[in-house]
Amino acid sequence: MPTVALFVPCYVDQFYPQVAEATLRLLERHGCTVVFPEAQTCCGQPMSNSGEAAAAAPLCRHFLDTFQGHEYVVAPSGSCVGMVRHQFPDLVPDHPALEQVRTSTFELCEFLHDVLGVRRVEGRFPRTVGLHRSCHAQRELRLASGSERMVAPFDKVKALLSSLEGITLVEPARSDECCGFGGTFAVAEEAVSCLMGRDRLDEHARAGAEVITGVDMSCLMHLEGLARREGRPVRILHAAEVLLGEAA
Amino acid sequence: MAHAPAASHPEAAARFAADVPRTHWHDESLWFMRVKRDRAAAQVPEWERLRELAQAIKAHALATLPALLEQFERNATAAGATVHWARDAAEHNRIVHGLLAERGATRLVKSKSMLTEECGLNPYLEARGIEVVDTDLGERIVQFRDEPPSHIVLPAIHLKKEEIGALFHEKLGTAAGASDPKYLTEAARGHLRQKFLAAQAGLTGVNFAVADTGAVVVCTNEGNADMGTSLPPLHLACMGLEKIVPHAEDLGVFLRLLARSATGQPVTTYSTHFLGPRPGSELHIVIVDNGRSALLGRDPYRRALSCIRCGACMNTCPVFRRSGGHSYGVTVPGPIGSVLAPTIDPAAHAALPFASTLCGSCADVCPVRIDLHHQLLAWRGELAAAGHTPAGKRLALRFTAWVFASPARYALAGRLARFALRVLPAGIMARLAGPWGRQRELPAAPAESFRDRYRRTHGRA
Repeated sequence: MPTVALFVPCYVDQFYPQVAEATLRLLERHGCTVVFPEAQTCCGQPMSNSGEAAAAAPLCRHFLDTFQGHEYVVAPSGSCVGMVRHQFPDLVPDHPALEQVRTSTFELCEFLHDVLGVRRVEGRFPRTVGLHRSCHAQRELRLASGSERMVAPFDKVKALLSSLEGITLVEPARSDECCGFGGTFAVAEEAVSCLMGRDRLDEHARAGAEVITGVDMSCLMHLEGLARREGRPVRILHAAEVLLGEAA
Repeated sequence: MAHAPAASHPEAAARFAADVPRTHWHDESLWFMRVKRDRAAAQVPEWERLRELAQAIKAHALATLPALLEQFERNATAAGATVHWARDAAEHNRIVHGLLAERGATRLVKSKSMLTEECGLNPYLEARGIEVVDTDLGERIVQFRDEPPSHIVLPAIHLKKEEIGALFHEKLGTAAGASDPKYLTEAARGHLRQKFLAAQAGLTGVNFAVADTGAVVVCTNEGNADMGTSLPPLHLACMGLEKIVPHAEDLGVFLRLLARSATGQPVTTYSTHFLGPRPGSELHIVIVDNGRSALLGRDPYRRALSCIRCGACMNTCPVFRRSGGHSYGVTVPGPIGSVLAPTIDPAAHAALPFASTLCGSCADVCPVRIDLHHQLLAWRGELAAAGHTPAGKRLALRFTAWVFASPARYALAGRLARFALRVLPAGIMARLAGPWGRQRELPAAPAESFRDRYRRTHGRA
């Protein structure tokens, strides 16, 4: 039975505890023993992506100190896992636990699909759902083949979602266009960021999505913020919440 | 760079995006190019292999650039061309003007050359009494409007046909209110014919310079490079020193990638190989450095010198499509431009590496596989370290990092933030949230964080 250390991104911990809870329950349902190392804070991505490597490095070190030695580290976030896997080597190259933690850290759907080999998720979700493919899950972690690359198509998150009973997945136009969140971009380039987000909401609405889901709550927080301001009826849920299914 | 930014990217982008219907029109026009590119690329089974080959050939060319440039010079000279070397934009402009002045040429036709835009050649020559006519249709349009191109492949993509109709009515005497693209193109064609016939010299850019033959290859869709070099006795070909490919057969990789990536065409309509001058005429090739050799010594940005200027990164960039090429304030805009511009002047272009969500679509469409979004991230680090990012933002991030470095401080800060979100009225919170709150709600604040709940239900770990 695999043992998983749950890595809960800081903003999920504070603002979306239900997403962390769903992740925990989903992992347990798939036979994992889950622990939550309480010393964890933030992986340092907001600082690193803004060019503040010196500010990010102590957080990366703290992260590695906290998570070293666990069999697996799993997070409900593509971009935080991308940070650990691809940016930590530049930021804290000498940390003794770097390789061990990097290679055992997975995004939730990636872990279910690739490590546990899950192909069918038990549960029922009788809704019309649009999948927002977040960029770092898509292009850093390669959870899907991507619209740009001419390779054999695959999509791990969609594969898991589509196995739920009763779910109808719809494809928005521009299947993997960015939502415009982009961390500090959302604030520094507010005008373009919000236009990008509303365009995504429109594309999902045109496709008929009642629910928009994805593996990165940060993108979804931006889309949710826009949708709520305009009173749009769409529901925004993390993939972990959808995969947990609805009570029949 | 020829055109200094009037405002930093966020302000210019906000102005552009304020006209939402027009921004959507611009976005759709460029997305259409991306869709055509996808279709064309999908028809080449070895597409990803071609990209890897192109990346490898360019890496090899850049690693052996001095030898290849000298080999190119020898072969081009042997074929009858004259090769000139320009250290920077000023020297390039002096060489071009000198060649024209020596021959008493005062009427120059140009095909598209981003290098001459970068060097500010047109105003330099015009100030010295030379009539310069850009003959690429899009370039002629922006030249009439006295503005820079907004895209390297589609220079007038920011303009609607009605605006071009009004411009041509004023400049070329087309019927008032006419906006039929075919009619307007015919009018431009007639106008440009006269310019081609009267020209005393033709200037072209260079897409590829082949070291082992000494040929330069120029790709156009309008045939204007061919028109401009077929009649006048003087052909000037201006190139950045990174345009070298080692072998003629390498073109079998690059020509297949270039037009498919740029516009979704299988190949450019005209791909002309100039090996030495036409009988009775002269061919002068001006090889320009202008910061390129310095870039060659700078990891990771040296890979940006592999760029073949297809514009695919602009067409796919969700920010470029919604902010317009002019918002970047540089000759080459978009993702590749945001990597290149700070190499010339980091302080002036410090906002550009941040004009991206780091979505990475640019890197995945790039036909030479430049890791554009990783280079933008690398720039962010350099610019922040050099103090070229806003001081308030730096301070805020460092303070947040200090808070997050301690689990206790982090938990307390989270509790305070959630408390504030719950008790303060929405209007006050929206104002406190600054640019986040203008168009977006903040997330609803739960009473309990996950860690608090976990401690309550699972006990202290």
